[in-house]
Amino acid sequence: MKKFTSLLLVLALVFACAGCGSKGGDGGEDVKSEGVMTYDEYMAAQLNSEVVIEAYVQAKQSWWENQATVYAQDKDGAYFLYNMACSEEDYEKLTPGTKMKVTGYKSEWSGEIEITDATFEIEEGNYIAEAEDVTSILASDDLINHQNKFVSFKGMTVEAAGQDDSGNDVAFLYNWDGSGQDGDDLYFNVSLDGNTYTFTVESYLCDNTTDVYAAVKGLNIGDTVDMEGFLYWYEGVNPHITSLEVK
Amino acid sequence: MQKKIYRKKYPTLIALMFICLSVLAGCHGREGLDAFCMPEEFETSEAYEITFWAKNDTNKTQTAIYEKAIADFEKLYPNITVNLRLYTDYGKIYNDVITNIATGTTPNVCITYPDHIATYLTGTNLVVPLDELASHKEYGLGGNKVKFDSPRTDEVIPQFLEECMIDGHHYALPYMRSTEACYINKTYVEKLGYSLPDNLTWDFIWEVSEAAMEKDEDGNFKVNGQKVMIPFIYKSTDNMMIQMLRQKGADYSTEEGEILLFHDTTKELLSEIAVHAESGAFSTFKISSYPANFLNAGQCLFAIDSTAGATWMGTDAPLSDISEDKLARFETCVMPIPQFDPANPQMISQGPSVCIFNKEDPQEVMASWLFTQYLLTNEVQTAYAETEGYVPVTIKAQESDGYQDYLSRCGEDNALYYDVKIKASRLLLDNVGNTFVTPVFVGSTSLRDAAGQLIENTVKSVNRGQKVDGAYIDGLYGDISSLYRLDQIGIQNNRVSSQRQELGALPREALILLWSLAAAWACIVAYVLWLKARK
Repeated sequence: MKKFTSLLLVLALVFACAGCGSKGGDGGEDVKSEGVMTYDEYMAAQLNSEVVIEAYVQAKQSWWENQATVYAQDKDGAYFLYNMACSEEDYEKLTPGTKMKVTGYKSEWSGEIEITDATFEIEEGNYIAEAEDVTSILASDDLINHQNKFVSFKGMTVEAAGQDDSGNDVAFLYNWDGSGQDGDDLYFNVSLDGNTYTFTVESYLCDNTTDVYAAVKGLNIGDTVDMEGFLYWYEGVNPHITSLEVK
Repeated sequence: MQKKIYRKKYPTLIALMFICLSVLAGCHGREGLDAFCMPEEFETSEAYEITFWAKNDTNKTQTAIYEKAIADFEKLYPNITVNLRLYTDYGKIYNDVITNIATGTTPNVCITYPDHIATYLTGTNLVVPLDELASHKEYGLGGNKVKFDSPRTDEVIPQFLEECMIDGHHYALPYMRSTEACYINKTYVEKLGYSLPDNLTWDFIWEVSEAAMEKDEDGNFKVNGQKVMIPFIYKSTDNMMIQMLRQKGADYSTEEGEILLFHDTTKELLSEIAVHAESGAFSTFKISSYPANFLNAGQCLFAIDSTAGATWMGTDAPLSDISEDKLARFETCVMPIPQFDPANPQMISQGPSVCIFNKEDPQEVMASWLFTQYLLTNEVQTAYAETEGYVPVTIKAQESDGYQDYLSRCGEDNALYYDVKIKASRLLLDNVGNTFVTPVFVGSTSLRDAAGQLIENTVKSVNRGQKVDGAYIDGLYGDISSLYRLDQIGIQNNRVSSQRQELGALPREALILLWSLAAAWACIVAYVLWLKARK
């Protein structure tokens, strides 16, 4: 009997652990709470309409004056939460993986679909998305369907981002035109199959103390790189890169 | 694709400002910096290192001009080293200055707005009044010991200089000036059957914008054949509200800081804006995006933005955020902002000024002053003004052969002589007498933000299907007043004002001292006269 009880306890523990695992990115279905939209329903919603979603924090960009900007994702798609009402205390709780229910308005700014004027509550649950490889669809119209997701790009080639004061080609710029200084956003160009794209290290998301900031500053034209980041949009695709590895 | 300034979120600084005020108020009774005392000579044998916090419009040429100005200045004054820190946003500079006030690490020289200086002035002797420095015969503006061709005080455009005056003292020098312009897709306006009038009016813009909303049977806008059209986009809604009120002769604030924004004229303006937001004929930068992006894509007819944003405007603009395939071809016209009374045009004066923060060593302040003056030399003024639709702030620079030649070559190319940019500069040069600034006081920055937020909230609410009526606007007044703590700002300024009035009457002890001095002098004079009479 004792053995049977022990076996039961072990099995219960195993299932409990498995249950925990399901919160950790096993690819299972996201069951939405009552009154919460699925990702498809969110995407189908009209601009300026009120939306209610559940998603998991993937990264935080900034907090100012009780407003937070957050990259969030569920198992079907991603959301950019711009200037969401958030106390500084709550902002600390928004660690990667944290589940939240967000109520706000679906908006568009320069092609970026986002939720604005939002409020949120933290819920039970945890999920960190694996980076989805979108290298093969970079040039396709399908790319926009992955907007805001945590994604990866493999085997891209670093191109000249501009020129320095002496007229030499450089691999990155501070600000879009080189008008900035250390600590500002970094802009760099990478190419694949004859197409060139501008990628950004967003300094609020990854400041000049981060590995990715240092890695981009160390780039050379012609380097082959793998990258991860969020598929942000500004008048076209403009990924916010969070990691970069020179091959 | 090139990227313009991303809509970075900087704090509205209301909380920070109040913390700062509390900290500074807490210093009351404690010893702050001594007031700056002008040294007799500038010490050239000692080395001085100063920091200059500068603002550029995310423009590489402007950065290069700052760097060259510093290099040239350091050649003239080898004992002064200037460290440049670049910003692209006034709000961020304001934020960092306030943070650094608390730690005693303010920059030496700082690009700023007078509204911000009003807050800095709540600290004791934090900002150096420039009156004595400017009028000094040797080191002042045009002084004979200054090692460069510095402009005299009477060569600075008086109106721009006056904008830097707070409580009867100059706390900054103007650096560049701009105003707002309406950048118009003239081709589409005429396609709709209209001709641009000599002077734009609000009625004209609203009427044409509504006409542009007509669609064909496929749901495309008739005027551009596209699915997207926002005929009228305003970049800075705080300027929009401020200028509308000014043109209407309506209240905004008193000089002393009494808040007068919330009244029936504001309500009428918001109601009108709501009507055009509802039809989709009007939107804002914060809600939609940069006016330039829509204008250049043929999706906007009237884009109102700073003259300092002119290089982004139009089919042939040297700077653009949209891809080539999205660019539309059209004729761009640059006009002053719309008016309610075209016979009495009113437009905002804006642009960077430069202030100097006080330091323990007066020689360090002198080094800062010399560098500040250097920014007003013809070379710096004309070079920087030519990067955008700015105008130089000195008559000397404006009348210089180089600048006049620049203006005369309007449209020669789509780079330095880009016609839209030079026309935007000319617009201000022709209208300096029609520009105005709003009163500067502690909290005037918050009031400005609140004025814009009234429009932003109204448009957002309309977009979200809410009814904008009198009750809505009354509620909005309460929300905005509370959000920006405008009621507290009013109280704060009333206190300051009443303290100033109290300071007007001298204390009894001071009066006794003054009368005693007068009596002593009278006795001395009488004694001397008595001695003379005896001889």
